Formats: sequence, C-alpha cells, structure tokens
Amino acid sequence: MDTATQERIRQQISESPVVLFMKGTPVFPQCGFSAAVVQILSHLGVKFKGVDVLSDPSVRQGIKEFSNWPTIPQLYVKGEFIGGCDIVREMFESGELQQVLEEKGVPVRA
Amino acid sequence: MSVAATVERKLRDRFAPVRLTVTDDSHRHAGHAGARPEGETHFSVTIVSAAFAGLGRVARQRLVYAALAEELAGGIHALSLTTLAPGEADSNQNV
Repeated sequence: MDTATQERIRQQISESPVVLFMKGTPVFPQCGFSAAVVQILSHLGVKFKGVDVLSDPSVRQGIKEFSNWPTIPQLYVKGEFIGGCDIVREMFESGELQQVLEEKGVPVRA
Repeated sequence: MSVAATVERKLRDRFAPVRLTVTDDSHRHAGHAGARPEGETHFSVTIVSAAFAGLGRVARQRLVYAALAEELAGGIHALSLTTLAPGEADSNQNV
C-alpha cells in the first residue's frame, strides 16, 4: 500500500465518527454482508459515512492491509476498527455495539 | 481436495477444535458477484477452540483469517465466522 492511500484512509476514518468501508453505497449496497451492516446502523439511527471500495481499487486493497483484515465490510468508530459483518452482527445482537457507540459519544436511537 | 475439505483440515491442524463445522453456502449466492458456477466460494465456519480463550472477537477472527490466508487470496469469496472458546454459547459470545 502506498503512503498516499494510507494517508487517505487515515483521513477518512478521522473525518467522520462512524465510517463503513463497504461494497456499494449505503443506498445501493452491492453485497449482502455490506447491506447487513448498513441495515444494523440504520436501525440504530447511527449517522455514518459509507466508503465504496468498488469505486476505488487502491482503497479496496489498502483497507485490508491497513486494518490487517482480509474482508469487506469493515466498520470504524472514532478511528478504531470494530470488525466485519459477523462481529458487528454479534455485537448488535448482544447490545454491545450500542454500548460501544454510546461510550464513544455516537448518538444511538433507543 | 475440495476447498471445504482443505479449510477443515487447516483449521483442525491449527486450532485443534473441540467443535468445527464448515458449511458451503455457495448455492445461496449462485449468480451473485464472486460466485462461480462450480460453487465453493461462500462458506460459514463455526469453530470452538481453546486457542480463542481470552481473546477478543477481532483477534480471534484474525487468527482464522491468517490460517486460511491462501484460500482467502484464492477462491474463497466470503467467509462467515463464529469463533468460540469452550464453554461459550453461540448466542452470547461476549460473555
């Protein structure tokens, strides 16, 4: 991964409190796993920025190296890597996701 | 050897699991991006191993991803993971 890509990713995860690297856009997800995370965040009323990796091959590869995580989607909250689809789903089901978001100062719909 | 069999063998060798299920979900994704007509692209794995005790979710999945790096770089398009330590129920992994 080149420094420019790394720098761009760093900027993306620091500019918005909640960032989802995904395939497609929040309105038109191009993959079921990305869609599942969008659905959870929307259900919680969480405002997030979607980064479409399909429209940017350098980020698509770069984010995997950046996070040391080989799959998409990837959720970041306040610059911290939370996990992929399975982890987000498990954390949502146990209530832990809501807790983490609130602890980090991200408003969640009750 | 099928992809599923390779995945199963690698996970057994690496994690000595007390329980391991590898399910090929490819038929559910037929025709979708990343699917191949011959299947073996989408898998779900449930693995229970003492190797995961004391580790968080991200660390556990990284271990599994590392063990299957070759397969993920090659044919596997999607891998859904449930990683548990012995004594943890599927439904409350966080406990």
